[in-house]
Amino acid sequence: MSPLNDYVETLPAIRWHEPKRSYDVVIVGGGGHGLSTAYYLAARHGITNVAVLEADYIASGNTGRNTTIIRANYGIPEAVRFYQHSLELYQGLEDELGASLLHQTKGIFWVAHTEMAMRTERARCQMNTACGARTVMVTPAELKELVPQVDLTGGGRYPVLGASHHLDGATARHDRVAWAFAAGATARGTHVVQHTPVTGLLRDGDRVVGVETPGGPISAGVVLSAVGGRVAQIAAHARVRLPVRTHPLHAFVTDDYAQGFGPILASTELACYVSQTERGQMLIGAEFDSQPSYSRQSSFAALRGYSYKITRLLPFLRDLRILRTWAGICDISADYSPIMSETDVPGFLVTTGWGTWGFKAIPAGGEGMAELIATGRRNDYIAPFTLDRFGLDHVLADQGSAGTR
Amino acid sequence: MLWLPCPRCGLRPIEEFTFGGELRHVPDWITDPDDRDFDEVWMFDNPDGPTTERWFHSAGCRRWLTVRRDTSTDTVLEVLA
Repeated sequence: MSPLNDYVETLPAIRWHEPKRSYDVVIVGGGGHGLSTAYYLAARHGITNVAVLEADYIASGNTGRNTTIIRANYGIPEAVRFYQHSLELYQGLEDELGASLLHQTKGIFWVAHTEMAMRTERARCQMNTACGARTVMVTPAELKELVPQVDLTGGGRYPVLGASHHLDGATARHDRVAWAFAAGATARGTHVVQHTPVTGLLRDGDRVVGVETPGGPISAGVVLSAVGGRVAQIAAHARVRLPVRTHPLHAFVTDDYAQGFGPILASTELACYVSQTERGQMLIGAEFDSQPSYSRQSSFAALRGYSYKITRLLPFLRDLRILRTWAGICDISADYSPIMSETDVPGFLVTTGWGTWGFKAIPAGGEGMAELIATGRRNDYIAPFTLDRFGLDHVLADQGSAGTR
Repeated sequence: MLWLPCPRCGLRPIEEFTFGGELRHVPDWITDPDDRDFDEVWMFDNPDGPTTERWFHSAGCRRWLTVRRDTSTDTVLEVLA
């Protein structure tokens, strides 16, 4: 076992179990969404005969690889309301879970370099305000005052015409979020089982009644796929087709930047974003790779591309060294909005299509899926995000808010 | 994957190309014609392994290529056309 596995397994608050042969609910995937669903099932609904099955170690997938941004500054009402709810759950999450998540509200600036982008940012402010999120416009001078390191000429090529400022934008330590949900769930009797991949689904007629694992079958009243990156393979066992393509997304951290960098900064045209970690490192992300792939191999081309973009806006980054680089594989949905839904197959649900927007949604996504599993009711926040919306011609197109291609 | 062998231009960096999507393959077990149309428009195989897809040489000769690529390792297997 790798040192990372050992560390996760010694986290004192999480109780580990060997899997039983049968549960009321089996959740496939021990990332943020799977673990938060398990937590809310236990905490809000008293449903604890639940197993979360993780192929590797918990949060080893996208939950441990993202750039930890929490924001609600999206472009359609359904998204703004959902992500704002999640943002508010995050604000109270350390109290709820009794764990330190290094949660910090910093605000996020979304910089515009063209008139088209300015129009988008103004519309974002209006839409956000109408739907309960706090986002206001700032002038270049105001941006410079709040972010002195910004080059308003954008390297002479991408001048800053203005920006939106989403005041409640925040960051939190991603793996701690997963660990805290796992601790909260297992303290209430839920089983979280690592190193147990799901290799198939058990069927009884047209119903899914469990999962296959290398250690044998596990039957379940309900199976939820909370898998990130390999959802197509899990869903294929149930003949569930998904409007999802999986693309790599890279990120990297620099060495410490001794001066403080308070907010999160993102750019529309440059499609890149940056924040400072609690250790003082600058954390940078940009667009996912143009072709779908399951490779998490870091690439020099991505580093070079991301570095070029972000140094147009923040020249001080040129003096920092790239310390560590990694990638995750993102399930990009056809309309760039998530899918939290039952499927045509009884007993099989999915929470997927989380693309590059999954971390911020962990609390609200888990809360909504828990309620759906426990009561059959879709709460107001998750209600629009059905799988059948594509067939009903009611897609939730919001690519512009993803901050990527 | 940093290079694509364009049949007309030779080995060129991937930045010269625009990804054109996986070649749609509707599963045989979907039989209803309307369901097949819907699947072809909206759904993806999204395989972890060999896939057949289209690329457009946007910054080169501007021809469309059909490529076999292994998505597990992001390596080009062959260019079909």
